[in-house]
Amino acid sequence: MEVIADDESDYEADFNSQSLGGNIDSGPHHMNDPERGQPATDLKGQVTQQVTSMMWQEGSERAKKAFNIYANIDILRPYFDVEPHEVRSRLIQSLIPAFPSAAATQVVPRELYGPTMVVFTLIALLLFQMKTSGHVVQEGTLMGTAFGICFGYWFGIASIMWVLAYVCNTRISMMQLLSLLGYGLFSHCIVLFLGTVWHSSSHASFYMIWAVFGGLSTVKMVSVLTSRTIGRTQRLIVCGTLAFIHLVFLLYLHFAYHRIVEGQRFVNP
Amino acid sequence: MADVEANRQYGEWDMNEVELEGDISVPGAPSAIENEDDQQFNTLDEPVKDTIMRDARAVGKKFLHVLYPKESRSLLREWDLWGPLVLCVFLAMMLQGSTETANDLNDGGPQFAEVFVIYWVGAAIVTMNTKLLGGSISFFQSICVLGYCVLPLAIALIVCRIILVSEQNSVLFAIRCVVTLIAFGWSTFASTAFLAESQPPRRKGLAVYPIFLFYFIISWLVVSHTHH
Repeated sequence: MEVIADDESDYEADFNSQSLGGNIDSGPHHMNDPERGQPATDLKGQVTQQVTSMMWQEGSERAKKAFNIYANIDILRPYFDVEPHEVRSRLIQSLIPAFPSAAATQVVPRELYGPTMVVFTLIALLLFQMKTSGHVVQEGTLMGTAFGICFGYWFGIASIMWVLAYVCNTRISMMQLLSLLGYGLFSHCIVLFLGTVWHSSSHASFYMIWAVFGGLSTVKMVSVLTSRTIGRTQRLIVCGTLAFIHLVFLLYLHFAYHRIVEGQRFVNP
Repeated sequence: MADVEANRQYGEWDMNEVELEGDISVPGAPSAIENEDDQQFNTLDEPVKDTIMRDARAVGKKFLHVLYPKESRSLLREWDLWGPLVLCVFLAMMLQGSTETANDLNDGGPQFAEVFVIYWVGAAIVTMNTKLLGGSISFFQSICVLGYCVLPLAIALIVCRIILVSEQNSVLFAIRCVVTLIAFGWSTFASTAFLAESQPPRRKGLAVYPIFLFYFIISWLVVSHTHH
């Protein structure tokens, strides 16, 4: 019963506070004012203070959490729990497609170490390519551009594919998509490396390695998505989009930064 | 009275505990014998020059450790960011290309910000990777080690700049490549030696790869720098 009485006093405190600005004579509640007005105001002040401090604490804790690197690390740690031989075999497997069958869905690891390292390697290769071709970035640095392109592609396309997979009812999670796309970028690394080191004047050799390595990784990803999607149209939409984006991105990476080399050659033969 | 007695008891108990703590010998912690040395480290009484010189000597010692990577504890235990900062600014300034020559065909060499970002973000990424793989090392310890271990590459950059003074040919280019390659190997070896204990035992390959990539990018910046 005492609890109920306390509750009532709380409510009265609210009413009192509301009536302060308006009509003072507000019915039966006004009768209790001389007795309870002062404690109620105190209580209200305390509650306000407590709520404010609670909100402040919670806000600061959230801010700390957002900025606390270790909290984020603990969230990501399970995705980095791999052995070196696993990463090696997954890198090789990313270029070996398996025949898709609806009966057996292909396993996609939820792992981010390999993809992250592949993306960093791609950034390094891209920087190398940009520097050797004398690419000029007017606003910002080459580093920023390479970072933006690689991580933007990785997260951006994974998000797009996740939405598509959700629409087309593909059984794949965001982490699996990140892992799949990240390992898929391994072929980009190979092609860019070969394209930079073994630079020939004709584009035939580049198209050949583009078709071989890019094609292999694309077929691998398509086979994984096919085994996890039901319905022909859905498969076509998901796999077609991924294959198109994956192969065009590789062409973009190569030609966006090699065009200037040819220009240089033309000027300074 | 009872309260006073209780407080006294607590006080005595606390004092006993403090004495007990003092007697425990912690490896690495200053012991009672070193108290005289500690008194000398009172920076309030000494001239500013002495303080600066002592810090500079500590930084210099760490540089020596990097050049001769034998003792692996000193860099980790007493980390500082002065050495990495000095090396970073030195590398960035030396690699800074002239902006006047920047045009459609030439970006005028790496920018100060680019080198700066590669240096610090790269070190941070390597450290994050080590922690994600389950390594036991604090963030700034790792940054300190990675930063100090750039020293061989900074020396290689000086050598390359000296070589660049003369007329360039393929032999000199080959010499520059070899010098940078040796410095790259040295940096990687030194940092791996210092960080070996803090890395997870079965995943050393995974922890070393980003270190390799980090020093590779810096050494490639050193080799590709051709501006006079």
